[in-house]
Amino acid sequence: MSDPIPFRRTSPGAPGGAGRAVDVRRVVVVSAGLSDPSSTKLLADLLAEATTRVATERGAVVEVQHVELRALAHGLTDALLTGFASGEVATAQAQVAAADAVVAVTPVFSASYSGLFKTFFDVLERGTLDGVPVLVAATAGTARHSLVLDHALRPLFSYLHAAVLPTGVFAASEDWARGGADSALRTRIDRAAGELVDRLVGPRAQAERLDQFDRDVAAMGSFEDLLGG
Amino acid sequence: MEFGIFTVGDVTTDPTTGRTPTEHERIKATVEIARKAEEVGLDVVAVGQHHNPPFVASSPTTTMAYIGAQTERIKLSTSTTLITTTDPVRIAEDYATLQHLLDGRMDLMLGRGNTGPVYPWFGKDIREGIPLAIENYALLHRLWREENVDWQGKFRTPLQGFTATPRPLDGEAPFVWHGSIRSPEIAEQAAYYGDGFFSNHIFWPASHTARMVEFYRQRFEHYGHGRAEDAVVGLGGQVYLGRTHEQAVNEFRPYFDNAPVYGHGPSLEDFTRQTPLTVGTPAEVVERTLSFREYAGDYQRQLFLIDHAGLPLSTVLHQLDLLGEVVASLRTELGLAAVPTQTPAASASGSAA
Repeated sequence: MSDPIPFRRTSPGAPGGAGRAVDVRRVVVVSAGLSDPSSTKLLADLLAEATTRVATERGAVVEVQHVELRALAHGLTDALLTGFASGEVATAQAQVAAADAVVAVTPVFSASYSGLFKTFFDVLERGTLDGVPVLVAATAGTARHSLVLDHALRPLFSYLHAAVLPTGVFAASEDWARGGADSALRTRIDRAAGELVDRLVGPRAQAERLDQFDRDVAAMGSFEDLLGG
Repeated sequence: MEFGIFTVGDVTTDPTTGRTPTEHERIKATVEIARKAEEVGLDVVAVGQHHNPPFVASSPTTTMAYIGAQTERIKLSTSTTLITTTDPVRIAEDYATLQHLLDGRMDLMLGRGNTGPVYPWFGKDIREGIPLAIENYALLHRLWREENVDWQGKFRTPLQGFTATPRPLDGEAPFVWHGSIRSPEIAEQAAYYGDGFFSNHIFWPASHTARMVEFYRQRFEHYGHGRAEDAVVGLGGQVYLGRTHEQAVNEFRPYFDNAPVYGHGPSLEDFTRQTPLTVGTPAEVVERTLSFREYAGDYQRQLFLIDHAGLPLSTVLHQLDLLGEVVASLRTELGLAAVPTQTPAASASGSAA
């Protein structure tokens, strides 16, 4: 790289929080529940609450943003077909790109994450989740699906180069006792939230994640290098 | 500033009638469209290169020569010439021949082609797309500028003391544009050589085009070819015109909804907001086209896509009448002279719409 390549980041919501008085860490909760109320959204909310509570206990300030994929379903299909995202899908992508951590919650459909959930990550620009702590969680009607976390969600986020937290949270119908999470589920939620906050209050792994254009430019080197093959 | 049209040469069923043109009809239609483009005062017509159905445009220089023989003024170009799968020696020969036949009334735009299966038919691999584009053009660039070329690269057989014939007209290599949707390497390549950079523009949001163009401009200046604002930029565009906005939208919607690239996806209205597609009156198209300068700067070539998605020839020819009005207005707005050497047919057709 003998040749200085100028590049600038123009994607919205550059992370880093430079200049803020309080160091706010951003957590984006992506959930793919379809019904209302949905146990997937309920689990997403409990994970968000626990994260905020644990962070506060440890003197950190966390800002949580929710991305509910149901409302983006048409836009996600459009993005698949056109190759670019716009409108609310682009906004959600920018939020994820600026997040210090992501909580990803899906219902189990046909023994895996739902198609809607997968589509969101299919159209997310490569590199968006590089090194980003991701808490994986899933809901299903039966505990027999619980390995979906390890058979489906972990491989997906490993492929995307995310840092998947050791604890994932799975909730079956039987875990919801009388309209709320039972104590065992709450214990798992708190444990996962604790791991997430550990990542948030530590030193930032990266000051900035590059988007695809910047990555391509940074990887390009000089034109003489390209010519030399 | 030049205005023109570019085609990819697709054979697509007209969704409103179910009729599919024959290859013969499509090839002849391409010629008729080019003649009409000259008649209504456009500067450039660019033809594609594809080697797979549903496209007929496998031999761009043949088509360009035939069009050139039937026109007097309009410049012939490509959209694009495949620099990855076409031997650069053949590109040097074919386009230099064309340059002589057309008395220099041509240039070409290089592109990689994004159809994976095509590459192995020519002994290539799409994963090597960028290295192929870089190496093949490095050879092409020398073949047009050096009489005796010794060459060794990764992708073709070596050359010893090779002379590409014919030599370029008056010793001046044809002008080259490098086209790309999203690869900064291609913008860098265009800047390195001081060649033109063409942003396809039509399938992606403007913010992306703005970034690629700005990158190319900075690198053009970096390599000492002039100021960033003087770099040679071209943009694609896509229009459908009508006397009223409603008429244009109603006529184009079935073609949009079934278009091979983006059909069955976003609505016409959404896609119009998100990309440069403009469907409406000549005045609306003029206004939208002028807005491209807000993010691309002062640029040198604007090409419109108008003959795709199964639109019948008669419709495309009528579109050209309206596009002629658009281009005349754009020239006025930009303080450009009218076409320097209008053919008699052009002035006759000016009021025919």
